Amino acid sequence: MGDLHTYTLAGLQGMLADGRCSSVDIVNDVLASIDRTDGRVQAYVDIDRETALAEAAASDKMRAEGDSRMLLGIPLGVKDILNVEGQPCSCGSKLLKPYRSVYDATSVAKLKAEGAIMLGRLNMDEFGMGSTTENSSDQVTRNPWDVGKVPGGSSGGSAAAVAADSAIAALGSDTGGSIRQPASFCGCVGFKPSYGRVSRFGLTAYASSLDQVGTLTKDVRDAAILLEILAGNDHRDSTALETPVEDYSAVLEQDLNGVRIGLAKDFFVEGIHADVSEAVNKAVEHYQSLGAEIVDVSIPHLKYAIATYYVIATAEASTNLARYDGIRYGDRKDGDNPIAISCATRAAGFGTEVKRRIILGTYVLSSGYYDAYYLRAQKVRSLLRRDFEQAFASCDAMLTPVAPTPAYPIGSVLSDPLEMYLGDICTVPANLAGLCGLSQPCGFSAEGLPIGMQLLGPAGGEASLLRIGYQYEQSTEWHLRKPELEVSA
Amino acid sequence: MTGQYRENAEGVDVRYVANLARLDLTDEEVELFQGQLENILGYVEQLQELNVDGIEPTAHAISVDNVFRRDEALLFEGAENIPKNFPAENQQLVSVPKIIE
Repeated sequence: MGDLHTYTLAGLQGMLADGRCSSVDIVNDVLASIDRTDGRVQAYVDIDRETALAEAAASDKMRAEGDSRMLLGIPLGVKDILNVEGQPCSCGSKLLKPYRSVYDATSVAKLKAEGAIMLGRLNMDEFGMGSTTENSSDQVTRNPWDVGKVPGGSSGGSAAAVAADSAIAALGSDTGGSIRQPASFCGCVGFKPSYGRVSRFGLTAYASSLDQVGTLTKDVRDAAILLEILAGNDHRDSTALETPVEDYSAVLEQDLNGVRIGLAKDFFVEGIHADVSEAVNKAVEHYQSLGAEIVDVSIPHLKYAIATYYVIATAEASTNLARYDGIRYGDRKDGDNPIAISCATRAAGFGTEVKRRIILGTYVLSSGYYDAYYLRAQKVRSLLRRDFEQAFASCDAMLTPVAPTPAYPIGSVLSDPLEMYLGDICTVPANLAGLCGLSQPCGFSAEGLPIGMQLLGPAGGEASLLRIGYQYEQSTEWHLRKPELEVSA
Repeated sequence: MTGQYRENAEGVDVRYVANLARLDLTDEEVELFQGQLENILGYVEQLQELNVDGIEPTAHAISVDNVFRRDEALLFEGAENIPKNFPAENQQLVSVPKIIE
């Protein structure tokens, strides 16, 4: 065939159903695309070619026998933080290099139950900590639009692979923007469902009150297709919501008459790149032309979101990462006693950003500082939640930038972590308040880099949010542009 | 140790905190983190300007009620593979140095 890697999930479902291609054709095209582009993009950290091809052949046989499961024979990529039985799950960390998963994450199991093939593992900032995918012990992933720029992070491998057409779609995880920001930098669609909508079982924990599994896809319809499969209750994750899963694809086509889109000036932060604010403002005008009503809303506590987030996330990380003591798994270093083993294993296994966050998180939880930092941050989190409750009383979704800038050069924020953290201002509020958030292309910078816009919806508002995103997408063409990786190959 | 730490509350005793976190640091790392953490904590100070009297803390983004399930053992498929990840193994058990003399 040759070009099946460029298709969307929905496109391939149609091709397979009509018998116009086989699963083996798809896997071959995706593998060939990886061979052509991934040497430069460096998105994948592990690819299981033989298993993928064998499963594709088996899928084709099952289809011939009448099997019509939704994702039968379609290969997907997985962020290296979600467990797939038998595959590595090193979370970008040297410490977990020897680890092999002994079970499937619930999200992975649900995709497999629909027949999907887990083709390979995608690079990330170690344990999800970073906004550039430079904090990986494996490799530095490059932005497919400009290999001198970062792809964003922490799900940078997932976003770069989807943008480079070396993955049909990919799973990611989002603790403070880790799906939405790389989607914006790479020009694909990133969707973070509301907290609890998708089970976190088998997702290696970073900050448990903020983490959520989501998707990186080529368009909004694919995000809806995957969410229908991924969403739902799970007896192995007590925070996975009981609320019924909706038919997210069914409502996509509804027009936007009567829909109110909230615009909060607070998100257009000082120092925002002019091309970003211009692209997002054009999207506002476009929504008006589609019949949506634009209403002014306000998030007065937004300016405290970064401080709140980095206290809460690092505190939770310091406790979650305490499990990496080198005793039961991981790359154990020698020591005379278990404490010495632990100290040495962690010193050798963790990268700089992870150590920094563990120390910060340990500090804000330590005796004498808990009330001043952690408890206070949790209270400010309540104030921020209240701001969003009030905003969503007068609008159905909010439209904001995803990141204040397009992708920046590799290496440019490594020496100044606070500078990198400040770039998360538009994305962390969704995690703090449990909202759903959609990042999708809305323009390009003068330099030719993708720019994303973010739609935020109230917790549980996935159906409406995906429809609002889809209506924009289908009446614009930003999502159809592709980087020129293949041409320059 | 704790008393000494308290007296230096305006600065972060990076090595003390790293020890709480079971993390050996090099001198270079201590120096690097010292400046960076004080910079980040300086930024976080802005949380002190808000009045949070009477505000309930949010521990979770959604209010989660206690979730119950039946108290029954469920089979974990593939349990026999867990020892394969042990860094040191002896008869399917994790091997560690002597803890209690």
